[in-house]
Amino acid sequence: MTDLDTWPGLRRVAGVAVAAICLQLTGCAGHQQSAVDPAGPPSGNIAGLWWFFLWLLTAIFVIVLAMTLVALLRTPRSVEQESVKSTHRPPQETEAKLTRVVAGATIATVAILFVLLVTSIGTGKGISELPHKEKGMTIEVTGNQWWWHVRYANDDPSRVLETANEIHIPVGRPIMIRGMSNDVIHSFWIPNLNGKRDLIPSRVTTEWIQADHPGVFRGQCAEFCGLQHAHMALWVIAEPEAQFNAWMNRQLQAAAPPSDPVKQHGQQVFLDHACVYCHAIRGTTASGQVAPDLTHFASRRSIAAGTLPNTIGNLGGWILDPQSIKPGNHMATIAVNSNDLQPLLEYIESLK
Amino acid sequence: MRGTLALCCWVCLFSGCQREKRDLRPAPTRLAIYGNAAVQSPLQPGGVKSHQTVTNPYNHSAYDISEGNRLFTWYNCSGCHSHGGGGIGPPLIKTEWIYGGEPENLFDTIVKGRPNGMPTWGNRIPEYQIWQIVAYVRSLNGQQPASATMSRPDEIEGNPQTILQRGRGEPK
Repeated sequence: MTDLDTWPGLRRVAGVAVAAICLQLTGCAGHQQSAVDPAGPPSGNIAGLWWFFLWLLTAIFVIVLAMTLVALLRTPRSVEQESVKSTHRPPQETEAKLTRVVAGATIATVAILFVLLVTSIGTGKGISELPHKEKGMTIEVTGNQWWWHVRYANDDPSRVLETANEIHIPVGRPIMIRGMSNDVIHSFWIPNLNGKRDLIPSRVTTEWIQADHPGVFRGQCAEFCGLQHAHMALWVIAEPEAQFNAWMNRQLQAAAPPSDPVKQHGQQVFLDHACVYCHAIRGTTASGQVAPDLTHFASRRSIAAGTLPNTIGNLGGWILDPQSIKPGNHMATIAVNSNDLQPLLEYIESLK
Repeated sequence: MRGTLALCCWVCLFSGCQREKRDLRPAPTRLAIYGNAAVQSPLQPGGVKSHQTVTNPYNHSAYDISEGNRLFTWYNCSGCHSHGGGGIGPPLIKTEWIYGGEPENLFDTIVKGRPNGMPTWGNRIPEYQIWQIVAYVRSLNGQQPASATMSRPDEIEGNPQTILQRGRGEPK
């Protein structure tokens, strides 16, 4: 009589709802930017914690709702029609039963909270360090409004690499990210690899990431940092060790001199305009230090920190009118003559 | 009556919401660069010619003054002028200017360069950025409204008196 059977449709509705939620969650797998599709030990820890929380708290939620429904749907007891006095007390055995139920629920709640606390702390400790640190690698990531400066640290100065907005990492090696900021607080977040880590001006914060399988992962600034916070993304490309080393050796080289007259003209356009005050191209006199290094620009997937795919058309739009693509960004709007533009684009897109 | 008055006061508060309009899409013109922004001397051969005055479009704009501050470092003006106190180049916090301290004079100085070290920036950096730097340099001398000037410099400055005067927004 107090049963859910009295509402036959209810079970079916609940079943469909649970199935729908599960279906949505399966959509999270295989994504380039997803905290529940972990690609390494730290994010695996975090995803494990997330699922544990989800199932435990869902169970509690279901139990609470079921109890509420039972209380709502049960047939009222036939109460003796007597006036309830302020001194009215339930019978002795009811009182004892209620005390036991409330005490039990309180103890269970405290115990569950304690379990959640311990698992959270365990996860936090688990992601703060990685095993096999001795074969690790350090990458310095500096947040800027609104792009990422990336520097591969190395004891050998000739193997220090500076690039931007794209990080290549070898699979299976722990990577320490040393985070800094040049202006305001940013937050480095590659959901598939680890949690967020704030990049704070005049401080260094660290985080370990590791990819267990090759893949392309998207990261995003996770701390509001001004007008173009939403357009401050970066790509992490995890690749096998050999492939990574080949990439690194290629990136360490200076830009090849332009091969044909058109690209030579393009290089001259680049060097004659304001580009050189902010951007550097190793192998030329362009040595600006306040904007992304363009030495191997054409090898990168995107322009303007993940805003647009790196194509010659997008680059043309970006150079001619950066403020319509990313209003407020620090790229100067410069005047380029129409007969200079195409050589300039061809030159920049030849910087593989 | 009292309610209407309160409503009016409340509405008046919203007038403070839009203090200034940011020009986020400046046109990369180079018109003034090729002209003569400032006249160095009133003496001219062949009688008085009319001269088109150039005004700084970014006067009184806090956003553009702070952009000027950023560019001042980015383009390494601070390499010679330090943060206004001077070093290799002359100080920029002062009353006596060799080539004039009006906005059009500063513009010309940046565009054309000056003897003994000041490089020519015209045709290299966009005109609107030069005006932003001009607005910033003027703000160093308290010649921008206090509401648009940065309240406190990020850098260490030699002369506390300058900071005090800037804080009061007194033109010098």
